[in-house]
Order: sequence, then C-alpha cells, then structure tokens
Amino acid sequence: MRRAFLSALIAGLATAVLSGPVQAQSNPGPLRIEITEGVIEPLPVAVPPFVAETPQATELARQIAEVVAADLEGSGLFRVIPESAYISPITSFSSPVQYADWKAINAQALVTGSVTVAGDGRLVVKFRLFDVFSDAALGKGLQFVASQSSWRRMGHKVADAVYSRITGEGGYFDSRVVFVSEQGPKNAREKRLAIMDYDGANVQFLTDSSAIVLAPRFSPTGDRVLYTSYATGRPQITLLDVAQVRSQPIGSATGGQMSFAPRFAPDGRSVVFSLTNGGNSDIYRRDLTSGSQSRLTATPAIETAPSFSPDGRQIVFESDRSGSQQLYVMSASGGEARRISFGAGRYGTPVWSPRGDLIAFTKQNQGRFHIGVMRVDGSEERLLTSSFLDESPTWSPNGRVIMFTRETSGARGAPSLYSVDISGRNLRRVPTPGAASDPAWSPLLP
Amino acid sequence: MELAKTSSRARLSLALVAALAVSGCAGSGGLFGSAGGAGGGSGPTTAGAFGDPSSPQYFQQAIGDRVLFAVDQSTLSPEAQQLVSQQAAWLMTNGAYTAVIEGHADEQGTREYNLALGARRASAVRDFMVAQGVADSRLTTVTFGKERPIEICSNESCYAQNRRSVTVLSAGPSS
Repeated sequence: MRRAFLSALIAGLATAVLSGPVQAQSNPGPLRIEITEGVIEPLPVAVPPFVAETPQATELARQIAEVVAADLEGSGLFRVIPESAYISPITSFSSPVQYADWKAINAQALVTGSVTVAGDGRLVVKFRLFDVFSDAALGKGLQFVASQSSWRRMGHKVADAVYSRITGEGGYFDSRVVFVSEQGPKNAREKRLAIMDYDGANVQFLTDSSAIVLAPRFSPTGDRVLYTSYATGRPQITLLDVAQVRSQPIGSATGGQMSFAPRFAPDGRSVVFSLTNGGNSDIYRRDLTSGSQSRLTATPAIETAPSFSPDGRQIVFESDRSGSQQLYVMSASGGEARRISFGAGRYGTPVWSPRGDLIAFTKQNQGRFHIGVMRVDGSEERLLTSSFLDESPTWSPNGRVIMFTRETSGARGAPSLYSVDISGRNLRRVPTPGAASDPAWSPLLP
Repeated sequence: MELAKTSSRARLSLALVAALAVSGCAGSGGLFGSAGGAGGGSGPTTAGAFGDPSSPQYFQQAIGDRVLFAVDQSTLSPEAQQLVSQQAAWLMTNGAYTAVIEGHADEQGTREYNLALGARRASAVRDFMVAQGVADSRLTTVTFGKERPIEICSNESCYAQNRRSVTVLSAGPSS
C-alpha cells in the first residue's frame, strides 16, 4: 500500500511549506461534478476522522479531517455525511475499505487519512479517495509532510486534491485572503490590513490603524501585496512584503498627485494604477524595478480599477468617458479601448478571472448593488448577488468562486466578506474578526 | 450659497458636540480643521473669535468651509461658486494661511470611483480659487472618496452632506 503513495519532497521545517505535488487527476468515471452546470444537489461524501498513527497525532487526526470536511461542504459541491451515520469506523488506514458500509449510507465518495508525528516532530498526512459505488480508489493516495503548525494547510491540501479529482478543476482551499479589517464608527472608521486563510483561520494584522488603508492586491506569487495608504495624508500606492511585514510607497507624490487602485501585472514586475493630475484620474503602468512609468489612458474622464488579463496582454478597467461608469478593455500598452458593458446601470471594479474566461464586476442599478460576471467580450452578463451595497469582487485561484464586500445600510452599517460561486449559488459569509472589506484572494499556495 | 451656508450653520452646534467626541481621532490634520475626521466646520470657538474676520473660525463658520455637490457631479453650482469666491477672498486677505481642499463622496458608489470623484471635486474648488486669484502654491487637494462621511445615515439627507469639499486651513506655507 505504501508504494502507491507519491513520494513527497522534503520541505524545510522553518518554511512550513507543504511538500508533495498535488495534481488534478483526470478521472471521467461516474463520480464527477460539472461545476459549470451549477450544482443543485451536493455530492454526499464521508470524511471519517483520520487514523492517528502515533499517540501525539490523536487530536490532529480529528482536526485535519474536520478541515477537509469543512472545505468540501463549504464549496457547496459536497454534502458531508455526519459521523453519527457511519456504520463502521476507519481504524486502520491500510485495511481494505468496506464499501457496503458506505453504500448503505449513500456516501458517493469516501476520504480516509492517517496522521503521524514523525521522529523529527514533523507531521505526515496521508489520504486516499474512494468512489464508493465503483468499489474503487479514485486516483492514487497522496502524502504531505510539513511542520505541525501548518496542520490546517494539510487539511486544505487534502481537500484540494479531493475537489480536483472529482471536479476535474484545480482547487482553491489552500489559499489566503488579504483584506481590510475595520472598526469604529462610520465617520471615523479605523482600517488595518490583515491576512488570513481563505476560511477565516489564522488572522494576522499587517498594518496598524494609524492611516487609512484600502484595497490590497496580491502579487502573482502571493509574497507581496499592493495597497493604497494614507500614511502621508494622501492616497499613495504602497508595496508590502508579506513575510517581512514591511511597506514602502511606490513612486513619489509630486505636484500634488494621488495614486490608488494598484494591481500587479501577471509577471509581478510591473503595476497598473490610477494617478490624478489636477482632478483627473488616468491609468498608468510602472515598472517596479526601473521605476519607469507610462500613461495608458489620456481622457478627461475618470479611469480607474485596472486589471490585467492572465496572459498580460490586455487590461480591463472602468471609465465614465461615456457619461457613466462602464467597463472597457484595452491593450496592456494603452491606446484605444473597447467598451464591453452595455446593460442597464453602471459598472465598476472589473477583475479578470484567473482562467481568462470571465470578468467579474460591481454593478449599480436602481439603487441596488450587484456582483456579476460577463464574458470578456461583454456577452452573457449574469448577476450573482444583490444587496444595499456589494462591491470589490476577487477571484478564487481556480476562477470558480468570487469573494466580495457586502456592506449593510444605516448609521450602524458595516462591511463583511462573502463568497458566492459563479453560478450564483452557495452565498456564504466568510468569518472575520469584526468588520471587513476589500478582500483579495491569493493564488494557490505552493 | 444659501444651501451650503444654511446647512453648515444649522448643524454647527451638533458639529461642536461631535468635535468633542472625536477630538484626537486620526485625520489629515490642518491646524484648525478636523479634516478627515469629523469633517469641517467643527473647529474650536471662543467668544468673540467668530466676529474676527481674520480668524479661521470666521472662515469656517461665517463663510463656510464646505461646498456641497450633486450626485456624481464635480461642477460648482452658482451658490457654491459664490461660497468659494468668499473663501478665495478670505485667503487672499489672510496671506499667512494655506489650505488643503478635501474632496468627499457619499457611500453610493464603488471605492475607487469615489476616490476619483473626490479628487475631481477638490480640484474643482481649487481651480475656482486659483481663477479668483489665490496663488496655486497655497492650495493642495486630497481625496477621501467615501472613507470619511460626516453624516452616517443611508439616505439622501446624509448623502447630500457627504458629497462635499472641505477647505481646511493651516498656518504657514503649504508642505
């Protein structure tokens, strides 16, 4: 049985990076979820507590299985069968699976795992996935090795592998979200940058609340964050090194200029953002190494919220050059832009999907705010949400889920983070410590 | 003029209470304005100061440090132009002061758009003052978008107050 496992790369203790390649298995068997169809009936799955191979692993074996179950259930694609319904416990990771026991409770899929605390203190997690009604394993077993402190990530890695094998798509659970944590009254709100796991665990603050901070964005590798800071008293795009928790302004504010709405190019080497000249906002691109800067739009209209296509060749942005906020696509070097939004109302905050196929946006119409998606040519617009104030969509690493800000109305109104899948189903509130806004989803962690 | 002035007067007592409550909170900080915090019109007053036309209190309260804007607009209404003219005249008479013009938006808009809109509003006020003869070098602008509403309800009565510019005075040269 052990031979079946892919051997894991050894990860350094200090870095706490998980090892072991996780590859989507193309497995067009009966057990398959087509995400694009919009899942109405979630797939029943059993995730019994993992088997503790060493006494120190007892607690973690249960907790890691709980993370796997929460990830799968939270995706809206799976329904985790409660443990109380299980006929027989899994007491040995290597013993043959009693398929009949799992068929009897209609578990379509079964996830089993084991957890070992190795001699060097590191955690070894193994798992297998079974297609219960085919009496067969679905893909090979996998093994992950990491420090004990990253036990939640081990659970996310397992869940990503399960999700991948059953949907045929990349996962998104082993990822992080940077956001703005808010507190205080509406007219004196204090804002801090914070980072957490995608599910709200492991919150860490990255700035204090001495200056307003807005709209953080991850670099393509997740190691840096761009955001807008009022540390100088004026909006200024700023670059933060996540590991060092160190910030530095980008460019120098000359002649009363203000900069905001930054976003990385897919190669991580340059940044697009808005810069004001006299009260006019245009889009600029700046090389982070050389500091050379070029202007991509030149109209008297408001041009802001630029976002690159994943291949780096085009930029979608918003402009009110037509008289109201609308979405436009232009070459990454600027020049003529093509309007893509033509529905009722106004459109802002466009974000290109990491898959390249869709653009997420905020739409305002008849006093309501919506998060929606459209194809990159503007066709097939679909609204996914509706509320008093929804805005700032960000894509999951696999382009299947959107997280966004939802703010309640009134004097005591406050923002929270929500997620919804691209079929408009599975709207969920993302847990955060207090009010939160402006989420940005990281790429899948290595 | 009437709209802006009346509303800023009517709300003076309330604003003073607010100033006490939030004093010390973070703002963009001119010497006499409460800037990004509670908004303008809420500086300290002492008896008699109001009557001294060269005092910042006079600027804030007798002239009015705030200009209101229509939804999505950054053009100055005739009333707003009259108010800004008076602000400009005051600045030209009182050459020791510089001003930061804040531009604000109501909450009905996306964050980035509102930052750009606030920049437009602040710039419209500044450009008008420069046209009236105030030296460019004495004026700077900053946008707060929808980050610093002065009124916090979610209907037009508050939104109308939040779509504003605030001229915040400082003593000495602009930085």
